[in-house]
Amino acid sequence: MKLEKGIPLIDQHDENGYWGGKFGGNQIAESLNYPIEELTREFEKLRNDETFISERDYYFKNFVGAPTPFIKLENLTKHLGGAQIYCKLVSKATGGAHKAYNAVVHSLICKRLGKTYIGGDTGAGYAGKMLSMAAAKFNLKCKIFMGAKDVERQSINVFSMRSYGAEVIPVNSGSQTLVDAVSECMRWWTSENEEAHMCVGSTVGPTIFVKICAWSTAQISREMKKQVMDEFGEVPKDMKLINCVGGGSSAAGFWNEWIDYDNIELIGVEAGGPEGSSKHAAPLTNDSRIGVLHGATQYVIQDDQGEIEETESISAGLDYPGVSPLHCFLKETGRARYTSASDEEALEAFQLVSKNEGFVSPSLEPSHAFAEAIKIAPKLSKDTIIVVDSCGDSAKDSKIIAERLGYKI
Amino acid sequence: MTSSTLIKSFERAKEDNRAALLTYTVGGDPDKKTSLNIFKSIADSGVDIIECGLGHGANIGDGGAIQDSTYRALSNGIKTNDIFEIIEEFKKDYETDVIIMTYQNKIMAYGEDDFLKRCISSKVSGIICVDWPWPLNLDFAKKCKENSIVFIQLLCPTTNEDRLKSILNDAHEVVYYISMLSTTGQKLKVSSDEIKKRFNLIKKISPHKKCIIGFGITADTINDFKDTDACVVGSALCREITRSIDEELNPATNVGNMVSDLKQKLSS
Repeated sequence: MKLEKGIPLIDQHDENGYWGGKFGGNQIAESLNYPIEELTREFEKLRNDETFISERDYYFKNFVGAPTPFIKLENLTKHLGGAQIYCKLVSKATGGAHKAYNAVVHSLICKRLGKTYIGGDTGAGYAGKMLSMAAAKFNLKCKIFMGAKDVERQSINVFSMRSYGAEVIPVNSGSQTLVDAVSECMRWWTSENEEAHMCVGSTVGPTIFVKICAWSTAQISREMKKQVMDEFGEVPKDMKLINCVGGGSSAAGFWNEWIDYDNIELIGVEAGGPEGSSKHAAPLTNDSRIGVLHGATQYVIQDDQGEIEETESISAGLDYPGVSPLHCFLKETGRARYTSASDEEALEAFQLVSKNEGFVSPSLEPSHAFAEAIKIAPKLSKDTIIVVDSCGDSAKDSKIIAERLGYKI
Repeated sequence: MTSSTLIKSFERAKEDNRAALLTYTVGGDPDKKTSLNIFKSIADSGVDIIECGLGHGANIGDGGAIQDSTYRALSNGIKTNDIFEIIEEFKKDYETDVIIMTYQNKIMAYGEDDFLKRCISSKVSGIICVDWPWPLNLDFAKKCKENSIVFIQLLCPTTNEDRLKSILNDAHEVVYYISMLSTTGQKLKVSSDEIKKRFNLIKKISPHKKCIIGFGITADTINDFKDTDACVVGSALCREITRSIDEELNPATNVGNMVSDLKQKLSS
């Protein structure tokens, strides 16, 4: 399996949609073949359409708020000693996370397809919140599928979705988390695809959804490249980009522009779950078996019967048993390294970052990435640049964090 | 058992001037013993072909009734081997053809070759795999054919004519037409006439291939499909199993009665 230089990562799949001939694909019911072909044709046309690109950039800049800040975490760097720690503060994007990029692009595509109804899945609630937000702006009827357990633990985002006029459907099957929400959303689209468009909330699902999502979040590294040049005058010789990985949309976007730079290390941090628990959501770190989930071949946490196993993480956004085919490909080609952080490490990282930096208050998802930075920074020289993607804001997690830390709010 | 027996099931129904009746229930629902009894009762009630679900929790095509059945079987610890054992046991006493309907991850987890071996030893006649579309399924379909198992390709209302022709060209002797865009068990949202129009197009392209019609067919509409090749009823039966369990009745008897009624409606 080989990564090609000079070709966008999203285009390095074969004619059947497999990256490295192995990951991804369109393992879908026949009823979804037509809408997926239609969407594929439309996206390939639009990504080369200058009017569409300007429209996308207009909304990214004026509505989502691109570019998001690129800042040095002076206090944290000093506290830890060792590598210089920077942060791409993607949580400053409108709505508080990177999910806005994919939501805007899908809403624009939905309109181009002549459809007025959009549906999507959500885990932590950010994908659902941003899709509801964009749907309201673009006058689209919106339906969000969310695991019943997530509806409960991410109630702040559910409130936002409902404020934007979306219908939130709690999914009660299985583990009642993201995996079931995606299944239910795909079932819904199977029935409604003639009238409705589906937005998959991460770089998972059939190939075209992986591509659209990563193409949208690529905004993160596109703007960051300029910021890095402004800061250092050149691409630093020793730079590490750390990002949390659940489905993998944020990491795919944070790394996209840097993949051809061999000197830049890409580190993905999965959810290790509670310390000592085997119900981690870390299929890449733990070499889970390869299987088919939600229409694509990938590493999946599953039992010997092919049944998806329940995962457990303090972070709803990382609580997914599969992972993007893009990350499976980056792992197999050795381009990116994957590790995990436990719930406890993420919580500690959240506290340390918030206390030291104030302006940066990562949600539980990027707290996993910070945990890795905190782990490795002291061992590295000051010539090493670590950049952490703080892809979500902690506001949505205040209830969980307060409870774990013994505060009453 | 070879694929020729499956074709004979269609031909026998044709001699009776009716479509073949297929039932779909989830194997192992609610447990091995009851599931076997349900199969026997269905066969005694005159079904032509039994479609046995090898359920998958993260399915993307099942409606609520079938999901409930799947969940029940899985939470009772039913494994792929249990499904094969139920079929094997059933086939000791019955000639009725059994086809397996499942999802790709179940086959992958078992191992393609082992799965086929076990299909042969338990006398499975055919396989439907919901999320393994043409042409990605062609290698596996070929392996099925080499082992005299019919790999049943799926077609649907939005399969365009070129794709339809290509799929039919590669298809084995039986195909499955998903009558409407939906998950299983939803209300029929297209008319029986529209479905038959599409069925006729399939038959025009491939007159010798048998075409099963599924999705949304109930006791109320089944007679409309009398002059087609075959039709499936599934969710209504799964719902009946759920009801029987809830009301502490015998699911095998009740499902059997439902099948007799369907058969009678299809024959009248």
